[in-house]
Order: sequence, then C-alpha cells, then structure tokens
Amino acid sequence: MSVGDGAYAGPFDSGEPDWLDEEAGPVVRPYTITGGRVDPAGFDLIAHVVATPGNPAAPPGDPARGQTPEERAILTVAANPCAVVEVAAIVDLPLGVVRVLLADLHEKDLIERYDPPAAPDGPNEQLLQAVIHGLRSI
Amino acid sequence: MAYGRSDRAVPQALKILIAGGFGVGKTTLVSSVSEISPLRTEEVLTSASAGTDDLGGVEAKTTTTVAMDFGRITIAPHLVLYLFGTPGQDRFMFLWDELASGSLGAVVMADTRRLADSFNVIDYFERRGTPFMIAVNCFDGVRSHTATQVRTALDLEQHVPVVLCDARERESVKEVLISLLEYILRGAAAAK
Repeated sequence: MSVGDGAYAGPFDSGEPDWLDEEAGPVVRPYTITGGRVDPAGFDLIAHVVATPGNPAAPPGDPARGQTPEERAILTVAANPCAVVEVAAIVDLPLGVVRVLLADLHEKDLIERYDPPAAPDGPNEQLLQAVIHGLRSI
Repeated sequence: MAYGRSDRAVPQALKILIAGGFGVGKTTLVSSVSEISPLRTEEVLTSASAGTDDLGGVEAKTTTTVAMDFGRITIAPHLVLYLFGTPGQDRFMFLWDELASGSLGAVVMADTRRLADSFNVIDYFERRGTPFMIAVNCFDGVRSHTATQVRTALDLEQHVPVVLCDARERESVKEVLISLLEYILRGAAAAK
C-alpha cells in the first residue's frame, strides 16, 4: 500500500500506473465517492465495525447488490472486527470518506457498529490495572 | 469457521495519544511497541463546515491532507490499545479534539534541543484536562539533560511525570506507557 504519497489512486492501490504522477492530482476527488456528503454518523476512530453475518462483500461485477468497489473493499476488510481507523488505512481512503461509506453500509444493515464505551467519570481503575499488567507481560 | 463467535468478538479499544513537535520521534515510538507496522490514515480537510451536506461549488476552497500514524497493541484477547501519533503542526491542533476525546491520556515527546516545540502541545492538554506526561527522547542515547532540568524548563507541575526514553527501544517505550498509565491511575484514585 502506498503511504503518504498524496496521489489518490483508489481502494485497490496495488501499483502506480506510469501515466499517473503527483502532478496529475487525484484521479477521483475523494468526496466524489461519497456524493459530496461528509461524516453524517460520527464513527469514532476506534469504534469497531464488522460485516453483518451472511452479508459478505458481493463479488466484483455483481450489480444485484449495488455495492461500489469502495464498499466491497470495506466489507472485505470488515469480515472480522476492525477499528474504523484501520479500515481507512487498509482500504487507503481518507477517514472522512470511509466514515460516510460506513454510515451507508450500516444503514443497509451490512455492517454492525460497536462504539467504544463512553466513560464520563474517566477510565476505571480495574481497566487501567489490566492495561499496565498486560504491557508488562508483552 | 468464518463466523464463529471467537472470530467475531469485538475487543474493547482504548487509545493513547503520542504528541510532540515535528520530527521528535512519534512514529518511531509507535513502531517500537506496535504489533503492526504503523499504519497511516489521511483526512482531507476543506474549509467547508462538517454540517454541510453538499460540497458542490466549493472547489475553490483550500483542501489540505493531514496524516495520522497509528499502531496497535493487543493487551489481552479482548483489550486493544491504539497509539495515535498526532500531527505536530499547530495548524492541525483542532483535529486533536477528536483524538483527545475518549483517550486515556497523552505522551508528549520532547527533544531537549527544541523544547519550545512542546509548549503548545502541553498548553493544549493542560487546558483540556487530558492527563499527560513528558517523554524526553534521547537521540543516540545521549542524556544531556536531567528530568528535573526539563521539568523546570517546561514549567511543569510537580505531579506531571517526566521520563527520559529512547523511542527506538521497545522496553523503554513500554516503560513510558506504563508511567503514563500509573499516573492516570493515581489521578483516578485521588479523584475518589
């Protein structure tokens, strides 16, 4: 996966086409993929998503499911539980774009969403102890 | 079995921020303890507000891409810690609100040659009430300053931990994270 080269080349970024360079700019403007919409659902960076059982990514070229290549890429990554920020990094799309697509997929019941628990009183001591203990033993 | 319960168990996720000036070693620190090579995610920023549904016609507005590096440590089968290297430049500090929200705390990395780079970051966490500590990255193992000198130079309160570390060394980074967590734990106990 190319990282940080600035040229946006889509979710299956397996190699740079030789006719495409930095000066060409993005092939598709990122928010074209979302139809111009921005972050409607506020997926937390470390919220986890997982594809709904029985709803794996449709095979490419299966128009019946109406999934875009980007949505298929996300569903493939989310076959097992995955943090939102990892999904974005793996499919190589901007975080905001991935959040919009996740909201779409969630609305269509294709993914389940697990938000990190809100802790209004701060983290509990038992949890902190568990993390410290875990860090010492890794 | 593709959809067995154990495969689909969703871990509890926690996050710690790794902050500091440009080139201070944030990504190095994350790499040293992360079980995955640090991943990078990007966010495209425009001057359009988040409440706007339609960005048509805003092509003339400035767009900026900001990158965040992050790593992951599986603490226990159902407990995962994410480390986020936060974009150092001041102009991206507004992004930190989201990063800081729900985080356990922050490690502010400092380079004694450029301590002033840490001021804004420290100020941010102090104002926000996010627990933080200072990790002085000793490049090349050179410990040219003591923790006390750094504490004085940064005008830190006595309770804020200051440790010297080598961001390239896994054990050293683990000690940094444990220091932060013990500090947060002391704070949680004191708040009772």
